[in-house]
Amino acid sequence: MSAPGTDEQLDAVVERVLDEVRRQGGGAVEATARADHHRLALTRFAGSGIHQNTEDDRTTVHLRVALDGGRSASVSTTRTTTTALADLVSTALAAARLSPRDAAWPGLTGPGPAASGAGPDDATAAAGPAERAALVAAFVEAAGGLETAGYAQTTLLTSAVADTAGLHARAASTGAVVDGIARALPASGLDGSPGPSGDASFRADGVGRAVSRSLADLDAAALGARAARRARAQAAPAQPLRRGELPVVLEPSAVLDVVAGLLSSTFSGRGLVEGTSGVRLGEQQLDPALTLVDDPLHPSSTALPFDTEGTPGRLTELVRDGVPRAVTTDRRTVAALAATRSGLPALPTTAGAHDASDTWGPVAQAPVLSPGGGGSVDDLVAGLEHGLLVCDLWYTRLAEARRSVWTGLTRNGTFLVRDGEVVGPVGVLRFTQSYLEALAPGAVAVGSGAEALPRALTFGAAGTARVVVPALRLARWNITGGAAT
Amino acid sequence: MLSTASPASTAGASTATPPPTATPDPPAAVPSAAFDLAAAAVEAALAAGARFADARVVDRRHEALTARDGDLRQLSQTTEAGIGVRALVGDGWGFAALADPTGERDARATGERAVAVARASAAVRSPGAHGQRRVELLPVPPQRGGWASGCARDPFDVPLAEKADLLVGVTQAMRAAGGSVIGVAEALSAAWDTRTAYVSSEGARVGQHVRETGAGMHCLALGEHEVQRRSYPAFRGQYGTRGWELVDELDLPAHADRIAEEAAALLSAPLCPSTETTLLLGGEQMSLQIHESVGHAIELDRILGWEAAYAGTSWLDLSRLGDLRFGSELMNITIDPTIPGALGSFGYDDEGTPAAPRDAVRNGTWTGVLAGRDSAALAGYDHAGSVRADGYGRLPMVRMTNVGLEPGPHSLEELVAATDDGVLMEHNRSWSIDDKRLDFQFGCEIGWEVRAGKRGRMLRNPSYTGTGPVFWNSLDMLAGREPGEWRAWGTPNCGKGQPGQVGHTGHGAAPARFTGVRVGVRG
Repeated sequence: MSAPGTDEQLDAVVERVLDEVRRQGGGAVEATARADHHRLALTRFAGSGIHQNTEDDRTTVHLRVALDGGRSASVSTTRTTTTALADLVSTALAAARLSPRDAAWPGLTGPGPAASGAGPDDATAAAGPAERAALVAAFVEAAGGLETAGYAQTTLLTSAVADTAGLHARAASTGAVVDGIARALPASGLDGSPGPSGDASFRADGVGRAVSRSLADLDAAALGARAARRARAQAAPAQPLRRGELPVVLEPSAVLDVVAGLLSSTFSGRGLVEGTSGVRLGEQQLDPALTLVDDPLHPSSTALPFDTEGTPGRLTELVRDGVPRAVTTDRRTVAALAATRSGLPALPTTAGAHDASDTWGPVAQAPVLSPGGGGSVDDLVAGLEHGLLVCDLWYTRLAEARRSVWTGLTRNGTFLVRDGEVVGPVGVLRFTQSYLEALAPGAVAVGSGAEALPRALTFGAAGTARVVVPALRLARWNITGGAAT
Repeated sequence: MLSTASPASTAGASTATPPPTATPDPPAAVPSAAFDLAAAAVEAALAAGARFADARVVDRRHEALTARDGDLRQLSQTTEAGIGVRALVGDGWGFAALADPTGERDARATGERAVAVARASAAVRSPGAHGQRRVELLPVPPQRGGWASGCARDPFDVPLAEKADLLVGVTQAMRAAGGSVIGVAEALSAAWDTRTAYVSSEGARVGQHVRETGAGMHCLALGEHEVQRRSYPAFRGQYGTRGWELVDELDLPAHADRIAEEAAALLSAPLCPSTETTLLLGGEQMSLQIHESVGHAIELDRILGWEAAYAGTSWLDLSRLGDLRFGSELMNITIDPTIPGALGSFGYDDEGTPAAPRDAVRNGTWTGVLAGRDSAALAGYDHAGSVRADGYGRLPMVRMTNVGLEPGPHSLEELVAATDDGVLMEHNRSWSIDDKRLDFQFGCEIGWEVRAGKRGRMLRNPSYTGTGPVFWNSLDMLAGREPGEWRAWGTPNCGKGQPGQVGHTGHGAAPARFTGVRVGVRG
């Protein structure tokens, strides 16, 4: 195949681009070049059979240039011939010359100590469709005859980044994901009857999902069995439920969504700069049991050890014992925060830049919500007198930014709990809830185990992130409706 | 009966967009070498054992500009070029893609790789009712020809300085008009130029050249406890298969002061009441209502369960196609990729099926779905033509084209005048709907009381919630009679599929009235 994908080829591409920048634009031009070789392979299954199977292999070259201290432009291409790269540079320079000056241009990263990440897993990098099919088969079989759907994915990302200030870094990462549901269809019959709500279209779904740096670490059979267990648990008669506030236990898949929501708004540097974030740095805003970090250098990480601007990754405490300590930044928000927080302690720089940072703001690359002392999910449920067990959240959307109010739905299993026991399913429920208030001091118990789950946090080549979260028990969760109400 | 409605122009100086052109040969913008690559890939896939194969060679340019608070914050230009090959081996599909193939050898290797992937698909065969059936494709006569969207002013020929000046200028204007409470003022434009050469093993050979353009702006007013947003002309802009003339027509500068002042005013406006009442929706919010609760619900792959684990399924049961009551008699929804200038328009979908209009809901009865050749054949449906992919590297899948609500006999003014007690809401702020596309909750940017037939106080944080068919059955008045009330709104960021794909869709909509709707949901 023609696209450059080896380490040395990627290094050569970015250096060739920077040489071309100097040749066409002169030495005063600031430029960052990045070459990503991304191999994404994904097998989807539905109705317990494989129905889509894809492999995409591409090298994308990104270039950002700035003239006169801030006339900037970004270009990218999947074309990598010498001629195409020269065209890329001329396009970028021409665009930058026509741009108004950006007074907030943050400059380049420049040279610095290189961060070392987990690196790729060779077997995962080399995996083909047969390995993915084996994962799917294991998930399907473990579901014990229930209908299943989902996907198995492997990715290899190698990225080289360099700038005209002297930065040059290269790294690779791998990721493997299994994510699926098992479905107890009324027609296929747990007992041959309609769904527990009496709704003929009722689906009793359970979910099993996991992400790992190494494909070999994924236990697809365990995930399929888990999904089936939750699906079968919904065979009992539906429990009536009124709208209103209830205590809840959120399984890790549901906590994942809460954490992702907070990271995209409250703990984004852009939100803090622009005044839309409700974070109160240095205050006991959240329950002391909560500690949230970004840890892209962890040995199990699927992230690269630097972001798309070349900023090295580091372990960053976003929340320590319930006290917000930092937000995720890219170079622009670092500069803006430094300018607006004069007299206040400087915030740590994080590696949060991605391909859509200019419009979406930076995001954490490898979030971890630390486990606590609350025990297993069953232990957390045992502490509920009257409440809900929520297995998954879906289609959550920000309704009010400052209070971090989100609305969304439960999915893949929601159960009524009385006197510490699960008494039956309640179907799909809508919630409208301030995440910050749900996690307020005194409102939270944190489960003892944590799971690594897949989530697309960024829009760049890094793709699916590994987010590690435990289960949570929350004192209040505002149920505002249901799918059949 | 199908709508004859077409996108209405807004005020302002404009250059009329010429109509799309269909030709017996591919447009000149699609080089013959691209067809050679596609043909080589298909030939190689057949030689490797495929019983069907098709290939798309796609060359796409994208440009995005974002201005914020008086600075140009993003100017990006992207070129994405490559080949994507689909192969059907036995009853297993495989897809392989390669960026920037340099010759037929690359194309052939990609075709062979698609076959290898397809063979692995057979390793896990569905035991379900559908899975026992052989994968077939709905017969479509192989097409040979071309299509180009209309474009009066090529967006890539418009000087960058002109674009930047426009966007930077309106952000400055919004900040000035809204005062110190305006925390963020942002404007954006985007353009795509996509050239596709499609070849299939059945003999299809189709070329398309599609140019898409859009722009919009918004501002945020920051209060002590909350943030208020206003946007124009839609919360993420307006887009179409048109040239820069679309942006000229939008006339962003003429609306900058108003939306900034409204954002500031919202900070002190009373809350939308929490009650059940008559709801009037503006056309832009209607377009999203249609997108989420009708467009996605009628996607055949969802109905068949192919998206069950991710995007979700549908509450619609195929056995009820043709007799299910979806909404009131006023509800007439069409699937129409032939609307000139709408964002979901094309000449051929990404399986080479020619564009054709079709009813989805007629007089409130569900009559049609969005389908591809394999899903249609599996379901026994007689129409495909709604399969598209996000670039060369993604598998074509069922996507909305233009799914729109035909205009009604009234005007917005008449809707207001006929309402004793209600709330008018405009411009989306937040959207969420369950995985069967039944239970939804939308937040809007701005609302107004409607009392005794008149528009009253501005309301902040308006929201409403409901269940698809119940809501659509409560549709009792529909506007669109007056010029500009019905418009094909463009949605440039419809997400679906794994790996994730972004789709461009269009939605004709006009203001509408619904009775007995729960509004003012609190969190």
